[in-house]
Amino acid sequence: MSTNKTFKLDGKTIPFDEGDTIMDAALRAGEYIPHLCHNPEFTPHGSCRVCIVDVNGRQVSACTQPATADTEVDNTSDKIMGQRRELLQMLFVEGNHVCPGCEKSGACQLQAVAYYTNMLSPHFTHFFPQRSVDASHPDTAIDFNRCILCELCVRASRDVDHKNVFAIDGRGINTHLVVNSPTGKLGDSTFSASDKAAHVCPVGAILPKHTGYERPIGDRLYDRQPISIVGDVAAYEQEQEH
Amino acid sequence: MSIDTFINEITAKSGNRPDYLLQTLYEIQQQYSCISGQAVKLLADKLSLTESYIHGVVGFYSFLHNTPRGTFDILISDSITDHMLGSRELLDSLCQKLGVVPGQPRTDGRVSVDTTSCTGMCEQGPAMLVNGWTITRLDPGRIESIAELIEADTPVAQWPQEFFLVEDNIQRSDILLSDDTADGDALRALIAQGDEATLQQIESSGLRGRGGAGFRTGMKWRFCKQADADQHYVVCNADEGEPGTFKDRVLLNSYADKVFEGMTLCAGIIGATKGYLYLRAEYRFLRAPLERVMQKRREAGLLGTNILGKQGFDFDIEIHMGAGAYICGEESSLIESLEGKRGIPRKRPPFPVTHGYLNKPTVVNNVETFMAAALIAIHGASWFRSVGTEESSGTKLLSISGDCEKPGIYEYPFGASIQHILQDCGASNAQAVQVAGAAGVTLPAEEFERRIAFEDVSTGGSFMVFDQQRDLLDMVRNFAHFFVHESCGFCTPCRVGSSLMKDLVDKVYAGHAGQYDLDEMHDIGALMRASSHCGLGTTAPNPMLDTLNKFPQIYSKRLKHSSYEPAFDLDAALQDARDITGRDDAGAHIGTES
Repeated sequence: MSTNKTFKLDGKTIPFDEGDTIMDAALRAGEYIPHLCHNPEFTPHGSCRVCIVDVNGRQVSACTQPATADTEVDNTSDKIMGQRRELLQMLFVEGNHVCPGCEKSGACQLQAVAYYTNMLSPHFTHFFPQRSVDASHPDTAIDFNRCILCELCVRASRDVDHKNVFAIDGRGINTHLVVNSPTGKLGDSTFSASDKAAHVCPVGAILPKHTGYERPIGDRLYDRQPISIVGDVAAYEQEQEH
Repeated sequence: MSIDTFINEITAKSGNRPDYLLQTLYEIQQQYSCISGQAVKLLADKLSLTESYIHGVVGFYSFLHNTPRGTFDILISDSITDHMLGSRELLDSLCQKLGVVPGQPRTDGRVSVDTTSCTGMCEQGPAMLVNGWTITRLDPGRIESIAELIEADTPVAQWPQEFFLVEDNIQRSDILLSDDTADGDALRALIAQGDEATLQQIESSGLRGRGGAGFRTGMKWRFCKQADADQHYVVCNADEGEPGTFKDRVLLNSYADKVFEGMTLCAGIIGATKGYLYLRAEYRFLRAPLERVMQKRREAGLLGTNILGKQGFDFDIEIHMGAGAYICGEESSLIESLEGKRGIPRKRPPFPVTHGYLNKPTVVNNVETFMAAALIAIHGASWFRSVGTEESSGTKLLSISGDCEKPGIYEYPFGASIQHILQDCGASNAQAVQVAGAAGVTLPAEEFERRIAFEDVSTGGSFMVFDQQRDLLDMVRNFAHFFVHESCGFCTPCRVGSSLMKDLVDKVYAGHAGQYDLDEMHDIGALMRASSHCGLGTTAPNPMLDTLNKFPQIYSKRLKHSSYEPAFDLDAALQDARDITGRDDAGAHIGTES
């Protein structure tokens, strides 16, 4: 599809089609805009705010903002990178993210985006919330400590699997992911390890069982190359399977 | 009646529409004091929704619960103006008399006592809700009587009527509140002038949204009218949740006809046949009177089919109840809530004028806006423009509370100065005025020359006065806690940032903070302002940022001298260890002073 509409992303000319978001156009042009709750396979969400870019002095989430012709979009200035770093630090202290003990370390988007934005410490006071681990399902475990509320599993289960296994409950800082089953446990739900929802978590909250540390730390996706080059872990894993 | 029958009946009323879920849950809560697991199961079957989805809706709204509240469920209004009138002391005293821990139903299930966000009774507080019904002017005597009534198990319907008296307290009237036109005049004007001419009147009147955002009403109606769809909707935002505002309460209590008339006028212009009034649950006492006004209007041919005899002019209104969520005052959250969902603000674009309720073109306006529109249809645009300023035509209703002799409703032409208003309401010793509520602006004396207008101090109507004796950090703390409670939790900066802010304000209050913490508040506030998904998140840091800038002494006088202090008291942190080991000797303490 050809188009003559363009905008500037850090000075580079990016073509776009009517209806594209800034993220859509940037991804297609091979430009990386950091993101966590966005996955091009699903309706944009705009909740993590990590993809904020500056358009005419206003910060907008690139995944939800329609691209407009002849605008200048700032994606990499110190100011924008600093704001993203602070958002990531907020996500880190809100949950319990212990990278050295996490199976997803090295292939975790939260960790990879944190590296990309040069986040060196969580900075804020940790909340240390009391959250549980659900190991009731034979093939998949959920560690709620690591959930960042991106709602990708909610969207995948609703829109692709048509199972509605996941939902969001609570409000404000008490917002949390829940499982739709009589007991609230994954093992009693209709969830299956072959569901789309099992393969979209950008962090280590939804993990397959029985396959711990198959690939050694140091040799994982983001250990070898930064996320700005290799992109989302979900897309990478999907590619590996095919 | 069994819960099965009850649920069958109420879901049948709405034709088992899943978008009526919140209304259904509200009724179940009223009837059974909670939404039990069994109720959720029945509803899930009936409405073809998952149980977790329904739990998620219950979990979002403060007035819905999955475990029973007390038979007498008491919520004490926790707005800063209630605090200033002694609500915290009254809460403690009530809990003590009843032997209740705040937030937990008493073991016999008789009573529960908790706090709730501003109930909109600021000028006649402290206020409470008992089973959703408002009680005003609490004092030690009333608290004593209430404790006795509860212990005697006297049904709320038999409590003294004067407890439930809600006064209008109109202190100053102008073109809106002195209205004496007859019911139906605006609709007769619409029929006489035609849709287009009437819409042009609204446009050229310069009327702007009275909720605070100030979007041009005529333009909104025009956009909605132009949006092609098989149905359009009119929604009145009566979710008056901004702390310190209560003017919609007065309009709905005494001027409801004109509000409904404004909605009907809008319907006639944009081509809607259905409207909703989204009423905050705190105003439950207004629901029955509002239903009666609508019934009267139907009988008078002002609502229903062929309004005023005009063929095809069909419009009716339904009241939907909120369930305790400040965010639902944001128009797209309100629409989500009307659709029975969690009140999460939508992504924009698209805007409600093209994709609103049920994805159809929808006008959402404030109560006061609809009333003003009705009067403009009658009296014309130039009548409206003759009052106010060039940019802000007409008048604004202010809800004035706090430290003044005559709190209540004041209607001023736009352009009235803060100083002038303070004189009128008898506030001679004001240190600061908080305009536009918790999300608004803090004005020190140096700014009292400023004016109420969209081009200067813009407000939905909240106006809280703080005199020289007040510690403004109490206000800041109250607002910081309010935003933690009311953040919807959707986006990172608001969900996490509001909690971080609250903790920092508490740290200052406890005397543990240093300059570093104030710098942190600046940083977090700036991030929330720049990166939040909706207006709640972008305005939530206002009270902190504004007072850090204008009242630095309320912080500096509490600071430790060092640049960094830990967030906790080392000795207090050892308490758990002391409890476990049963030790309390000197060796089990860390000297904080020595």
